[in-house]
Amino acid sequence: MTMTSMRVTPSVRPRRQWRGWLFVGPFSAVFLVAFIAPVVYAIYLSLFRNRLVGGNSFVGLENYLQVFTDAQFWESFARVALFLAVQVPIMLLLALGAALAIDSARLYGAGIFRIVIFLPYAVPAVVAVLMWGFIYGNSFGLAANLNDAVGFTLVTPFARDWVLASIGNIVTWEFVGYNMLIFYSALRTIPADLYEAAELDGAGALRVITAIKVPALRGAIVIATIFSIIGSFQLFNEPNILKTLAPNIITSYFTPNMYAYNLSFAGQQYNYSATVAIVMGVITAVIAYVVQLRGSRAETR
Amino acid sequence: MNPMRTAAAKRRALAGLAVSAVVIGALTACTGSDGGPTSADTDIDAALEAGGTLTYWSWTPQAEAQVAAFEKAYPKVDVELVNAGTGNDEYTKLQNAIAAGTGGPDVAQVEYYALPQFALTDSLVDLAPYGFGDLEADYTPSTWGAVTVGDAVYGLPQDSGPIAMFYNKRIFDQFGIAVPTTWDEYLAAAEKLHAADPTKYITSDTGDAGFTTTMIWQAAGHPFQADGDKVTIDLQDAGSKKWADTWNQLLEKDLLAPVPGWSDEWFKGLADGTVATLIIGAWMPGVLEGSVPDASGDWAVAPAPSYDGKPAGAENGGGGQVVLKQSSNPALAAGFLKWLNNSDESVKVFLDGGGFPSTTADISSPDFLGVESDYFGGQKINEVLAAAAEAPSSDWYYLPYQVYANSIFGDTVGQAYANKTDLNAGLQAWQDALVEYGDKQGFTVNK
Repeated sequence: MTMTSMRVTPSVRPRRQWRGWLFVGPFSAVFLVAFIAPVVYAIYLSLFRNRLVGGNSFVGLENYLQVFTDAQFWESFARVALFLAVQVPIMLLLALGAALAIDSARLYGAGIFRIVIFLPYAVPAVVAVLMWGFIYGNSFGLAANLNDAVGFTLVTPFARDWVLASIGNIVTWEFVGYNMLIFYSALRTIPADLYEAAELDGAGALRVITAIKVPALRGAIVIATIFSIIGSFQLFNEPNILKTLAPNIITSYFTPNMYAYNLSFAGQQYNYSATVAIVMGVITAVIAYVVQLRGSRAETR
Repeated sequence: MNPMRTAAAKRRALAGLAVSAVVIGALTACTGSDGGPTSADTDIDAALEAGGTLTYWSWTPQAEAQVAAFEKAYPKVDVELVNAGTGNDEYTKLQNAIAAGTGGPDVAQVEYYALPQFALTDSLVDLAPYGFGDLEADYTPSTWGAVTVGDAVYGLPQDSGPIAMFYNKRIFDQFGIAVPTTWDEYLAAAEKLHAADPTKYITSDTGDAGFTTTMIWQAAGHPFQADGDKVTIDLQDAGSKKWADTWNQLLEKDLLAPVPGWSDEWFKGLADGTVATLIIGAWMPGVLEGSVPDASGDWAVAPAPSYDGKPAGAENGGGGQVVLKQSSNPALAAGFLKWLNNSDESVKVFLDGGGFPSTTADISSPDFLGVESDYFGGQKINEVLAAAAEAPSSDWYYLPYQVYANSIFGDTVGQAYANKTDLNAGLQAWQDALVEYGDKQGFTVNK
């Protein structure tokens, strides 16, 4: 028996590998078609330029050179970067506060709070933005009512200086509950004996938060931050829907995604649009990767 | 952990969607579509007899009744009516479907300004082989010119939009304002109204490419010229400047309601008198009746003001229907289109719904001219509107990439509107962007 099996071994290995593909194959096929192929095709597209007059031609890296000197692209990039720097910390701090409050066991009706704070995430983004658009209305919305009540122009959500903050408010409203849930589920995994030990050592509630809860949340915070970075760089729905209400303030290149969308669907510049999408994708991936590296390094320390 | 994973997947899916939409669009843009009628002499009557299904994209309020009447007349044909959005929204979807090579309608409503672009990209069926060339005499010269390129017929006109001034008579009477006949009088009326009641404005305008081009047209400007691949853009010619200098006075004195056109606030403003006049195409009565029912009896129609007090015409909006090359049954689509815009039955439905015809017989018919509109307090509005259609107007051409041009209007001229600064500078910025785009797209612009 041993002899036979030893002799057979070399021929078994390739057959085993083939059987493995049976299991991985369906996934690989879908992965190739739905994920790799579009990316490869977008890269392929970005090397060409199709014109209304003159047709399609290979232009090499010209589209990429154009992106790097494109003032409209960098203006839109700077805008989402500012959005990221201001909105994400506010949103994550609010989510953290909410998660800690619900986890504190001192809140009456914690379950209801959890549901209510999470509810906006269940509202489709388009509906949420339309709703906030009505609230923001300068002439007939809640903003107008507020201005009428105080007798002067107190709030102008669609003014050039405020529109990014108005969008930030909508996004925060939408995603605080989602991030809270990430934090809350991480808090639930902290073993109860840690709290008992802290109590025996005479630690107060604040000390428990700073010494046990927040350190335990570090991984969740890194994940939430990465999601939020991606979300910020992909900002599209909110400004695109509000554009009909503030057509001159929200330009067609307000965010990189809007820019790519309008290049392709209004301007028929599919090639350049693909280039913008790729450049933005690479920038997003690099920043998300850096945050992940820094986050996990801090964790191991 | 499950909600987290699905949420992440959702975000990834959205990102993928954005990328793949771009990719799919581009993929098919390269391959192009080559549908169209294979046998030129296909009898459209035979196609209507044989029946089939059609998809029709339109946002006209009358479309539903027209489709119902058509299906009654041709029971074997099933027309699926889709409202794919108004104006630019529809064109974006149409462009996507054309680029994707699938998903588009058989027949679509396209305004005159957008038609050259779709014709240029070879997306429309030339209907001349179906004998549509013989229908020329049925339509006004301006609308027929808007759907034809040389001998090719790319659609049939449905309505026309000669501009007129719709004004809220109740507000005008309340504040003792006379109906202006010149733009100087219009400016004076604007100041008087806003001074008397700061919540009221003579009109609303936050920047609208269609409106601006119409106004330049009325001022006898010729900012766009196209001859094949050669394009000339001059948004600082005499007519363009004339309009911008006039409109600057409204803009800089804050006399324009800060309400974007076609928004909910705009319709509310039309209902409650915040927006007292509209300089807009003759197709507006149907929209007012349908979307601003509360203001019934308030509105009236007068000729659009002009610079010298003499009638001066221009077209605003208006459009027709086209057959897409993507259509799997172009003969049937052509049959539906011919019935839609060239049969008494359908045109009657269109007119009853407040539409303004492009058919000469209807514009001059006593029945049409004699209609007393209840909504307009019994006024015979069609007399005013038909006169507007006959008012002398200069030649006008749109850019072969006017849809894109209009999409960046807010980025350029809109900035002048937002900052309340010189519109001439905004027009210049628009021109610069359009010259750059045209050159990139292979046109020879301003050379």
